[in-house]
Order: sequence, then structure tokens, then C-alpha cells
Amino acid sequence: MSDPIITMRGVNKWYGKYHALRDVNFSVKQGERIVICGPSGSGKSTLIRTLNWLEAHQEGTITIDDIELHPKMRKIDQVRMEVGMVFQHFNLFPHMSVLENLMFAPIWVRGLSEPEAREIAMTYLERVHIPEHAEKYPGQLSGGQQQRVAIARALCMNPKVMLFDEPTSALDPEMVSEVLDVMTELARDGMTMVCVTHEMGFAKAVADRVIFMDAGEIIEEADPHNFFDAPQNERTKAFLGQILQH
Amino acid sequence: MLYPDTVQRDPLVHKPKFIALTIFLSMLVFAAINLNGTIIGELMRPVIGEPSESGLFGRLSTGLVLGILFAVNIVLIGFLRFRWQVLVVWLELLALFLSFFYSFDLNFEFIRSKLWFMITQGVFTTLYVSAISIVLASIVAIFGAVAKLSSNGFAFAMASFYTSFFRGLPLLMQIYLIYLGLPQLGYVIDAVPAGILALTLCYGAYMTEIFRAGIQSIPKGQWEASRALGVQFGLTMRRVILPQSMPVIIPPTGNQFIAMLKDSSLISVIGVWELMFIARTAGAKEFKHMEMLITAALIYWILSICLELVQTRIERHFRTQSH
Ligand SMILES: Nc1ncnc2c1ncn2[C@@H]1O[C@H](COP(=O)(O)OP(=O)(O)O)[C@@H](O)[C@H]1O
Ligand SMILES: [Mg+2]
Repeated sequence: MSDPIITMRGVNKWYGKYHALRDVNFSVKQGERIVICGPSGSGKSTLIRTLNWLEAHQEGTITIDDIELHPKMRKIDQVRMEVGMVFQHFNLFPHMSVLENLMFAPIWVRGLSEPEAREIAMTYLERVHIPEHAEKYPGQLSGGQQQRVAIARALCMNPKVMLFDEPTSALDPEMVSEVLDVMTELARDGMTMVCVTHEMGFAKAVADRVIFMDAGEIIEEADPHNFFDAPQNERTKAFLGQILQH
Repeated sequence: MLYPDTVQRDPLVHKPKFIALTIFLSMLVFAAINLNGTIIGELMRPVIGEPSESGLFGRLSTGLVLGILFAVNIVLIGFLRFRWQVLVVWLELLALFLSFFYSFDLNFEFIRSKLWFMITQGVFTTLYVSAISIVLASIVAIFGAVAKLSSNGFAFAMASFYTSFFRGLPLLMQIYLIYLGLPQLGYVIDAVPAGILALTLCYGAYMTEIFRAGIQSIPKGQWEASRALGVQFGLTMRRVILPQSMPVIIPPTGNQFIAMLKDSSLISVIGVWELMFIARTAGAKEFKHMEMLITAALIYWILSICLELVQTRIERHFRTQSH
């Protein structure tokens, strides 16, 4: 495998006085799938949002595809073009049709023509299995369908990395699997993925590594086999005990 | 509509107690107004004798008759469907107003001779000055709103000083300051541009707050989704945030436009030939002030009604668009 596409070295972040990320070190290679889990408020969203700099960090270095993220950088939009993000609450643009949601960034950021963008959009709508809803508005779709549109929207920019922040936790239970299936297919196609989720079945099936966070720190990092069957840290054990009870 | 109860009761206006109370109270009111000097007094002559000498008895009996008529009217309207109730009451009030104007003994010939000029010159000027001003004010308001939401201290200070100043001064004073003040700085300005500038700056300040609230009403997730796709700030604002804030921004902007239409009468003081100016000068020349004022008032009213209708349409359009 090649050089890491994402590296975080000694990253610290504060919200005012609150220390949200403590000395975080980790890296992701091209094609790797990382799952991040941990209790609520442990800093998982914060971590994943510093990777495309929706949140700024204060100490340490973050490098995405050989571009370092820092306050004076001019190229943040270039980094964001290469890093797709999927949010817990989908955040589709409600005033645009599904197709317009997908074509928006390719046209305005990548500078594609409308027919080109439409073709790419339809390709990815087929990949998330909802080409028939292209002309609808987000409000007319179910949660699971909206989240799949959101995934397709990110994919339309042809990103090198995909970030997922609890993509299934706002969904009704019967819709979780349709979204996880799409993500699993994506992983199988070789997409580099960093995914915050508590879907342990998904983690076991797809992840190359699982990272456990607590109180802003990475506590444990292991391949899924070791992580689930032989966790080292007490906090990890306690967390897994709680999760697996359900 | 308020919360509609599913239980149907007799309407309040059909309860005997309410009817009796209405008759009694309106009798007192009509008696206090004392309409015995008018045609109504003449009609009552068979009962009360010479109206001017009938005293308290005459006033109370006229009041009683009018009170009963009023109550009967209310009871009858109570039987109609909602739409018809609204229509009938509107027509009644309108008739009342018109008869009030009519009682001034107006010279309709004079009004007719001036009406065309009032519309082609006055209404036309009022409308185009207001339309240009509201468009410019919207543009000012977008920049003002962005500056007010900015973390840049300079931008915020400029914007908050601007809104504070132009919301804090009477519009009339702003008009004078611009029309008389700018020439002092060596920049002579015509009356129409001065009026447009004053209306733009004043309403831009009010609308800054409307736009700010509209922009803030959009959840942070919309910004994040757009920025995470690599879309730049300005484009996100134009294509993602502002279109979604339109349903929040348009209704109060419509109100501002209607208010501006009426406030544009203030620029008559610097000699812009808009509706108010025409009405005043035309009336003053032949000492027929009342004719011209009433005509102008009705025209302003009709314009406002038309704009309100347009506004409800636009509101409905935006409501159906954002599912
Ligand atoms: N914008 C913010 N301002 C202040 N504190 C925040 C902000 N975002 C998150 N936090 C705090 O940082 C901690 C970590 O939050 P988050 O990364 O969202 O946790 P997780 O996603 O693991 O549940 C929480 O205690 C949260 O209250
Ligand atoms: Mg979170």
C-alpha cells in the first residue's frame, strides 16, 4: 500500500476551555476502511470533522493527500473536493431536486457541463439504487432514501476519501440496512472510508481497523477480530459490553 | 385561523343576552354621538318632534332605533357562511366610509378632471420610486446582513452603525439631510435620486434585520453540507442559503414594500412629483384640498390592497415550492 492519505499527528482541539481532542495520532492509507466508535460526547464527530476542517484544530498537524490543514491555507476547498462527507441528518438541500442536489457541486466546483454532471449523477443514483427518484425533492423521500442520496451526492465529486458521521443513527430501524448495504458495496469497490458508527456488524464485516475513543482520546486501535474478541482496555470492554447487550 | 373547536354551539351573536347588551350599548353610543342634527334626525321627526329641541329623549330614542337596526344587522349576518359574512361586513363598512366622504360635499367634476394626471404622473412616480428603492434596499440588506453576521469587527461595526443611524432618525429628516446635505459636500443631487437614496438607505436598514433573521433561520447543517462539497462561501450563500431563506424573507419584505409605498409620500417635501405632491399642489391651487386628499388616500389604499394580493400569491408560491 502507498503512503497514508490521512495523517493526524499530536492533534489537540479545544472548544473554548473544553479539551475535545487530546493528542490524537492516526493515519489512514489509500483503500483502508476505519470504523470509529465510542460513547456519546467522546469526540468522534469532532475528530471526523477536523479531517475536512469543518472544525479547526489548534495543535498538531493534519495532512490530507499531502496538503496540510492550517489556518492560513488557501486551498481548503481543494481538500474538501477530495473528501466526501455524509452527515447524521443527511443535510440534503431541500429546495433542490435529488438530481440538482447531486449536480450542484460537480457543476459549480468541478466546472462540469450540465450533461456531464447529469450523467455522473445518474450513475451514482443507480449505485445507491434509487434512479427512479431523480426528479423528486428530498422531503418526498424516506430517511433511508435521503441518506443514500446524500452518499451519492458526496460520490459525485469523485472523492478520494469518504467520511461518515453516524450515517444510520437518525434512521428508523428498518432503513438501516439499505444504507449499510450501500456503504458495504462502496467499501468492496475499494473506497477509502472513515466511518463513525455503532453498527458492530458493519464494523466486523468491512473495517480494516476499529478505533475506540473516550473523552477526546484514542484509547484502543485494532483490527476488528482483536477489537471485538480480545479488547485490551477496560473502558473498551465496558463500552462493548453495553453495546452488545442491545 | 385560531384553533377551531369541533363542538358546534349557537353563535354568540344569536344569544338573547348578547343581543340585548348590543342594543343597549349601541343605543348609548349613538345617543352620545347625537345624530339628531343629520338626516337621521329628520327621519325620526314623527316620533321625537323637532329634532333640535327633542333633548335627551330624542337622543335616546334615535339611539334606540339605530341600536336595534345595528343588532338586527349583526344577527342576520350571523346566519351567513364565513365568506359571505366577510363580504357583507366589508361592503357595509365601505359604504359607511364613502358616505362619510360624500358628506363633505365634494366636487366630483374637479376630481374627474385631475384623476388622469394623478394616475399617469403621481401613481407612476410613486410606483417606480418605490420599486427601485425596494430592489436597492434588498441589495443593501444582503450586504448588511452578511456584515452583521460576520466575525470581522470592522464589517460588523459598519453595519451596526448604519442600521442604528438609519433606523434611529425620522425618514423625513434623512430626506432633508440627503437632499440639502449632499450639495454642501459639493455634490448636487436631483430630487428623485435623493428620494430614492433616502428610501433605499432607510429601508435597507430595516431589511438588514429581516435578511439577517432569514439567513440565520437556515440550519448550520446546510452550510456544512455545501462547504464540505468544496463550494465557496459566496456561492453557498447565493445558491443554498438565500433561496431557502426566501420564504422567511419575502413576507416581511412585502410588508416593507407596502410601507415604503406610503412613506414615499414624504419625498413630496423635496418636490418629487409623486402622488402626494400632485394631490397637494392640485388641491391648493383651487382650494379644493379635501377632494384631492381623499382621492389620493383612496388611490394609496387601492395600491396597497393590490400589493397585498400579490404578496399572498408570492407567499403561497414559496410555500408550495419548499415541500
Ligand atoms: N461546537 C461546539 N462547541 C462547544 N462544544 C462542543 C461543540 N461541538 C462539540 N462540543 C463538545 O465536544 C465534545 C465532543 O463532541 P462530539 O465530537 O460531538 O462527540 P461525539 O460525536 O463523540 O458524540 C462534547 O462534550 C460536546 O459537548
Ligand atoms: Mg457525534
